[in-house]
Amino acid sequence: MKHELNAILAIAYRDFTKFLRDKPRILISFALPALFIGILGGGLQANLADTAGFNFLAFVFVGVLAQVLFQSTASGVISLVEDREQDFSQVMFVAPVSRYSIILGKITGETFVSLAQAAGVIIFGLAVGVSLSFGQFMRLIPAGILVAMLGGAFGILVLANLGNQQRVRQIFPLVIFPQFFLAGVFNPITRLPPFLFILSRAAPMTYAVDLMRGLYYAGAAETDKVVLYHPMTNLLVIVVLTTVFLSLGTILFVRRERNR
Amino acid sequence: MESAVEVQNLVKRYKNSAKNAVDDISFSVERGAFFALLGPNGAGKTTTISILTTTLEKTSGSVRLAGYDSDRDQNAVRARIGVVFQSPSLDLNLTAEENIRLHAMLYGLYPFRPAYGMMPHTYKERVAELADVLGIRDSLFRPVKTFSGGMRRKLEIVRDLMHRPAILFLDEPTTGLDPLSRKNLWQYLARVRADEGMTIFLTTHYLEEAETADRVCIINHGVIAALGRPSDIRQELTEIYLLLDARDHAALARELMRLNLAHKREADGPFRVTLGKQNPAAIVQAIKTPLSHLAIHNPTLEEAYLEMIGRDEQHNGVTNAPPAV
Repeated sequence: MKHELNAILAIAYRDFTKFLRDKPRILISFALPALFIGILGGGLQANLADTAGFNFLAFVFVGVLAQVLFQSTASGVISLVEDREQDFSQVMFVAPVSRYSIILGKITGETFVSLAQAAGVIIFGLAVGVSLSFGQFMRLIPAGILVAMLGGAFGILVLANLGNQQRVRQIFPLVIFPQFFLAGVFNPITRLPPFLFILSRAAPMTYAVDLMRGLYYAGAAETDKVVLYHPMTNLLVIVVLTTVFLSLGTILFVRRERNR
Repeated sequence: MESAVEVQNLVKRYKNSAKNAVDDISFSVERGAFFALLGPNGAGKTTTISILTTTLEKTSGSVRLAGYDSDRDQNAVRARIGVVFQSPSLDLNLTAEENIRLHAMLYGLYPFRPAYGMMPHTYKERVAELADVLGIRDSLFRPVKTFSGGMRRKLEIVRDLMHRPAILFLDEPTTGLDPLSRKNLWQYLARVRADEGMTIFLTTHYLEEAETADRVCIINHGVIAALGRPSDIRQELTEIYLLLDARDHAALARELMRLNLAHKREADGPFRVTLGKQNPAAIVQAIKTPLSHLAIHNPTLEEAYLEMIGRDEQHNGVTNAPPAV
């Protein structure tokens, strides 16, 4: 058990170190959320806030925060494909550690990476005038970790079903970008036509965004306009989805690795 | 004594493939032995080594390493083997030492520490000792992406020796190494073998490296073509003969007939006298015709290998396909 924990930490640390040394990746990971919040949030706030009855800048800020945590961890875990093609993953897979520990180490490392990115989002949000109390901040931290873990588990499930880096480049955007809109990162989704409603509720990111908003807006007057479910409901869905995705994804991934 | 490696009727057929990549092979490797697996590209070497190192599932057969079943006791097997892969397997974003530290932690040798300075003294000593042997001590704290191909290979070997494996798999390990580094590596591996009784399982394109092996297994088209000591394989697969010539060709030919020595001569070249079990010195002494040329043809393993692979390709209807050596 101690050995497995050791391996998880070592793999996680490796991923975080890699991130800190990859300057273009750091730049992009901070620039994109800033663009989303600054341009999209600012634009929507100026044009639609009066009609909508809530602050769009804060709405987009929390949405982007959840999206960054979910997407960054998912795409980070997907980098196992890159490892596999560089043959680095062989080193991990011949080591005497559980396959679950390898995946968990990867998810933990990428969770730290996404938390570092989230810190950048929060600093930018504060700079452009988003209000964030200490209580809200403290509630968002544990929720953010859970959201990142869900993203990582989602990533491993996608990875288990994709063979190579080329396929990842083709397919991953298709399963991640629609979720931005289905999960309501930038747009309210309290009212949707039936087919979009089904797709929205089938998207794992929906529960990630809604959990973060539920905790940010807890007790606020506009809660009903921006939040879908009680945080406990979202929490339960996230825990179940993470467990299922992680177990199924790891089994499929390991089987695919060995059974060629 | 139990073997370090025991392979029984091993078969591997890849998905969507019509034929077996490895087709019912059996062999064993004694503990502490130096075993070499040879064969041309696509013969099944990497498939075999991947199954033995638990990264690939076999179709049927049984594999035991260091006394453990490779399916049932995977972690026990993994803890006892080291693998230097054919393709580079380093993290290029990390320094050399960080790659080694990651490996040490994956093998549970030391508790996790985020920096070299926080690692125990024993770790630092071991890293320094191994890096010294392969001449990469000065580069330990440089990012691996700045390393040449040869240095990367050395680093992989340092990394894989960290946990003192009982069996070290080397899949064409010296590709890209300069002759001096190759010599240093083999000297060190010989020392480790002697000191720690480590078994070495090698695949290589450099046949001279297999000449010093205790046993050699040649595979081709997924089946074993030859298995035994290099000297036995040489003898079994090729002829040892004397090359003789004289100014008076006719007299020498008459004398070889009189001595009842099997021989042949191509064009104007020397006479090839098959030795069999006869002593070459006795043959030379018995010949009275003054000789102008005398040589003994004792083929290398490489010649034996080329001859055998060539025969195999002909047998399988492959033409114009020189073996990759």
